[in-house]
Amino acid sequence: MSNTRQAEAVSPWRAPVLFLILAALFLAEGSFRNALFSGSWNTALAILNMGLISAVMALGVNMQWGYAGLFNAGVVGFLALGGLAPVLVSTAPVQGAWAAGGPRLILALLVGLGTLVLAAQVWRRISGAWRVPALVAVLVAGFVAYRWLFDPAVMAIEANNSARAGNIGGLGWPVLLSWPVGALFAAAAAWGVGKVALGLRSDYLAIATLGIGEIIVAVMRNEEWLSRGVKNVSGIPRPVPYELDLQGNADFVARAAEWGMSPAVASGVWVKLLYAGLFGAVLLALILLAELALKSPWGRMMRAIRDNETAAEAMGKDVTRRHLQIFVIGSAVIGLAGAMMVTLDGLLSPNSFNPLRYTFLIWVMVIVGGSGNNWGAALGAILVWFLWIKAEVWGPELMRLVTGPLPAGALRDHLLGSAPHMRFIALGLVLLLVLRFAPRGLVPEK
Amino acid sequence: MDMLNALVAILNFVVIPAASYGAQLALGALGVTLIYGILRFSNFAHGDTMAFGAALVILITWGLQAIGIGLGPLPTALLALPFGIALTAVFILGTDRVVYRFYRSKRSAPIILVMASVGVMFIMNGLTRLIIGVDEIRFDDGARFLVSVQQFRAWTGLSEGLSLRVSQALTLVVTALACWALFRFLNRSRAGKAMRAYSDNEDLALLSGIDPERVVRLTWLIATALAVTAGTLYGLDKSFKVFNYFQILLPIFAAAIVGGLGNPLGAVAGGFIVAFSEVAVTYPWRKIATYLGFEPQGLLQLLSTEYKFAVSFVILIVVLLFRPTGLFRGKSV
Repeated sequence: MSNTRQAEAVSPWRAPVLFLILAALFLAEGSFRNALFSGSWNTALAILNMGLISAVMALGVNMQWGYAGLFNAGVVGFLALGGLAPVLVSTAPVQGAWAAGGPRLILALLVGLGTLVLAAQVWRRISGAWRVPALVAVLVAGFVAYRWLFDPAVMAIEANNSARAGNIGGLGWPVLLSWPVGALFAAAAAWGVGKVALGLRSDYLAIATLGIGEIIVAVMRNEEWLSRGVKNVSGIPRPVPYELDLQGNADFVARAAEWGMSPAVASGVWVKLLYAGLFGAVLLALILLAELALKSPWGRMMRAIRDNETAAEAMGKDVTRRHLQIFVIGSAVIGLAGAMMVTLDGLLSPNSFNPLRYTFLIWVMVIVGGSGNNWGAALGAILVWFLWIKAEVWGPELMRLVTGPLPAGALRDHLLGSAPHMRFIALGLVLLLVLRFAPRGLVPEK
Repeated sequence: MDMLNALVAILNFVVIPAASYGAQLALGALGVTLIYGILRFSNFAHGDTMAFGAALVILITWGLQAIGIGLGPLPTALLALPFGIALTAVFILGTDRVVYRFYRSKRSAPIILVMASVGVMFIMNGLTRLIIGVDEIRFDDGARFLVSVQQFRAWTGLSEGLSLRVSQALTLVVTALACWALFRFLNRSRAGKAMRAYSDNEDLALLSGIDPERVVRLTWLIATALAVTAGTLYGLDKSFKVFNYFQILLPIFAAAIVGGLGNPLGAVAGGFIVAFSEVAVTYPWRKIATYLGFEPQGLLQLLSTEYKFAVSFVILIVVLLFRPTGLFRGKSV
């Protein structure tokens, strides 16, 4: 990272040209139908929507890595935590769940939190021989009280209509409201991790975030009262109309016929366009804010810290505090993306949060796009996402081409069958190659 | 009698499983800590090195079984292990040559090396999936039990049984041998002393004529041998599944940090600390409490087994909060 500022400038046309190529790829996906492209606008827009969300995730990671050099290996956890927000904020309340154990559950969580705060106070205030016994006593008493309150409440809530609900349910508020709430959830978790792991040596943050990521996903998978675990929460409300309503709307059907599209296709495209507009607006607003912040004295300070911590510290900057600040902000952006993703899917499926897909793929997006450059991160995200999806189609095609001369048999079948695993190898290769030969990415930092 | 039964139950459900799991973690953590001490970065590809090596060992085991070579009561995998280590070591030395050496010569920040190791992790993960697939594989052959529950009951007349599987006993024996050999090597041999010198003070070691590339190669070799052994033993004990090796990364890091990164003795201790806490916290103590004359209402399980990773995480956090250099004073670069 330290040599980024000395490197020669690149053409100002580079980013626009790359974005044009990206646009051409999406147009090709929408209009041509052949071995490479699907020719369906619905598919193209679906890839674009998830690409836009990935771009928001990449912005968050870019803030942490590009601005501050912090390695967050638990992106998937912050994302999952953000994804919890639409469930807790905007799904309809579950009948009887609150009465079954809601207050007791809240009390249990408060007791748990209070125990940790009290323990911290005990550690700070008491000194001498009583310090450790007092700490242990507070923790043990707190844990027993927490379990005594928590277990019956959870049993009661999970027993409530367990086939269709069994969770605490939401508040029934508008789903857009849940996006900032998701950001807050992720920020709170990031504050806790950062407070412990920042200020120590750099790999500790990577290891600690790897841990918190796995734990958050494990909690989502197992706490049925919260997220229904493997049973998934479906039917999360949408900020845009439903396809079926549009198809029943005479005006819309007439408009679709004017364009020469069947109502089914047109409704899908229209809904996806609305989503794309919404996500695009969020992405642009974030990039604008990030660019403004980066050009401000605060942004210059962040880059100064990244490029030379010792010098920045000598100038009186509190490096650990600034790192904590940027780590929390970046995680909040990742949480926001998680809430957006769950809104798009209309479904929270805790089992789908896979670290390879949601932590390390995002990393590749940032590195390929250009760490330290917001436009680069966004470009890298959409491009890598497009290739990641298309690799599912292109990989087996390529494999068939390569294995063509081989005689039909067990080896050829094995190679053909294992083509999907090639994605991991390709991902690793891309990461290593970019890191080695183009460490500044496609659109380098100015 | 009930006291004895309680003791046997603790041995059977806590001590033996935790000891063999701890030995596997210790071998893994030793590799991580050696690489940290010499190359000065946390190797995220270590879990997948274990998986890759174990996958090769499984393939060779199948080959040996097909031509009818076995070890009688011991698993054939033990015979395949040296070949697996050799093949994996070739691959790992290749990655050092192609990937890590460049950053080392440039003296890049450790975090860049961590990032590169993530890339290597992906490639090894993909290769492992390609070679052997994602399904669960059992490859332990030979005798299953050294002591089985029935035998133990017949011998002692206790109502509680105790079993010791061959894979568990083997894990403990192999780990003890590996640690003995490693510490003897580090403390007695010239190359081992060179490694320790390089780890303590790189510049001073260079001045006294130690070839850094040789030390680095040696480190990769030893770490790989330990990783493949750990991976194979873990697979023999719990069955082989690629994703499990990614998840075991966290307990291994926790063990290495508890012991102090860069400190081999600490890594061994750390492995056992993490394993014993994990098993003790997730084991339902009800049975033992009943033997001791209590009548508990619940299972007396502090944490359900799905959260066993939370235990390593909490240990990690506590160490980072109170003693960032680890219990045995590791490095703080």
